[in-house]
Amino acid sequence: MNFATRGLLELQESVLLAARAFRGIFKRPRYIPETIAQMDAIGVGSLTIIILTGFFTGGVLTVQTFPTLKNYGAQSQTCYLVAVSLVRELGPVLCALMVTGRVGSAISAELGSMVVSQQIDAMRALGTDPIRKLVAPRMFALLVSLPLLTVLADVLGIFGGWVTAVALYSVSSSVFISSVRDGITTDDLIGGIVKPLVFSLIIGTVACRQGLSTEGGTVGVGRSTTRAVVMASIIVIIADYFLAKALQVILGTT
Amino acid sequence: MSAGIHTTSPTVSENATESTFLEIDDRNRAIPAIEFRDVVLAFDERVVLDNLSFKVMKGETKIILGGSGGGKSTVIKLVLGLLKPDSGQVLVDGEDITHHTEAQMMSVRKKIGMVFQEGALFDSLSVYDNVAYRLHEQGVSEDEVEPEVRRMLRFVNLEDAIDKMPIELSGGMRRRVGIARALIGDPKIVLFDEPTAGLDPPTARTICELAMKLRDLEDVSSIFVTHEMNNLHYICSEYAVVDEDGKVVFEREGERLCLINSKVMMMKQGKIIFSGTDEALRHSEDAYIQRFLRGH
Repeated sequence: MNFATRGLLELQESVLLAARAFRGIFKRPRYIPETIAQMDAIGVGSLTIIILTGFFTGGVLTVQTFPTLKNYGAQSQTCYLVAVSLVRELGPVLCALMVTGRVGSAISAELGSMVVSQQIDAMRALGTDPIRKLVAPRMFALLVSLPLLTVLADVLGIFGGWVTAVALYSVSSSVFISSVRDGITTDDLIGGIVKPLVFSLIIGTVACRQGLSTEGGTVGVGRSTTRAVVMASIIVIIADYFLAKALQVILGTT
Repeated sequence: MSAGIHTTSPTVSENATESTFLEIDDRNRAIPAIEFRDVVLAFDERVVLDNLSFKVMKGETKIILGGSGGGKSTVIKLVLGLLKPDSGQVLVDGEDITHHTEAQMMSVRKKIGMVFQEGALFDSLSVYDNVAYRLHEQGVSEDEVEPEVRRMLRFVNLEDAIDKMPIELSGGMRRRVGIARALIGDPKIVLFDEPTAGLDPPTARTICELAMKLRDLEDVSSIFVTHEMNNLHYICSEYAVVDEDGKVVFEREGERLCLINSKVMMMKQGKIIFSGTDEALRHSEDAYIQRFLRGH
């Protein structure tokens, strides 16, 4: 099988997996305890890294942009630039990349270990569909958690930017807040929510697919985990480019 | 009304009422529990099963012997519908499952218990939850689940381990919990995929005894995949009976009784090279079989 055929086959299998998992979310049996456990592991478990990432990203954005804009006498635009960059791009993308690293790898490793220890076969032999039992709760948890984590990262990023602007560059709080309030539009907020929804589908599908297609024992688990993180990260970044353009067209902000 | 009863009830011969073995005249028993008809399966260019045909009758244990990579475990995966054949037919309890969808297979799998090589217990669940898994999935109430789980754990002599996690169990205990999990819901077909691999001889013997109890006391049909000759020896030459004290004991076949409910099938490179009784296997002149039996 050549590279292109393998790629197309992988794409087909991933789309089918996502479709079956999506159907599994709405059909019985519903695995509510598993879904809540996954939301706890994915959402609550990722809080620390998202708080730290969001806060320091906002801070460093201010550190980098304020002196540059000051050269052009446009330092008042710093707050606007920080807020818009975070809500439109950095919040969703960094959040997705952090979740890919933490959650995508965990999902892939867990499912991969279950495959090599025949637990997935055992599950099917006992009359359970692993896609409904394992994939659908993880997908649903990601769909709910990632947008919420992104909003949190945005808020904390703006907070980090505010702390830095006030503490290091003596920007007035009221200027910062009004600049953020006037700068962020509804379109930015819509984009900031749509992107993590798409990213969560990408992360969930890639991680579950890689985990479930694990071959070759424990070495294979390591391989599929690495592949899941690399593939999901790259696809998230590529998808972000096309999503940004598509949202501009759809929302009429070109 | 009476005609309907005649057509649906098992046909019983005139002297069957005097027979100790009424079930011999049961027409349903003539339907094989498992049947393969000219099954072919290949992974890319490699043929794994080559025109495989065999039957496992009701209450019969079919021991599948063969070296690694001979297609033994693939047979079990086909019965469970975890793999689909490229051609041929697979029948379970008379039902052709060859083209069943995953959803259709779920109901077929309810009739089948599967014992995996390493137990394949769910790491995150306790022994109790592992054994109760099938019942929990079916939404059976906890009041009914617990006595059933305890009954199954008693059957494999592991009731004390009910609250343990799989990580705390030895290899043999894991296999026995795997057997208890496979037997919950009283399936009439049980598949053993090298259940004694890597176990010490006494534990391996215990696993074989469980298989014999299922065959002789529970009327279960089974496929027992193995490459260990001890397993063959135990299962084909001993049988389980309940003594006067109500205890299960194992007796050897001899002049008084000859076991006919255990058959042996040997596979090599996806083909059946032998099918018959263990006695016939031992007298085979095939060089591969003789080498396999001698172990060198």
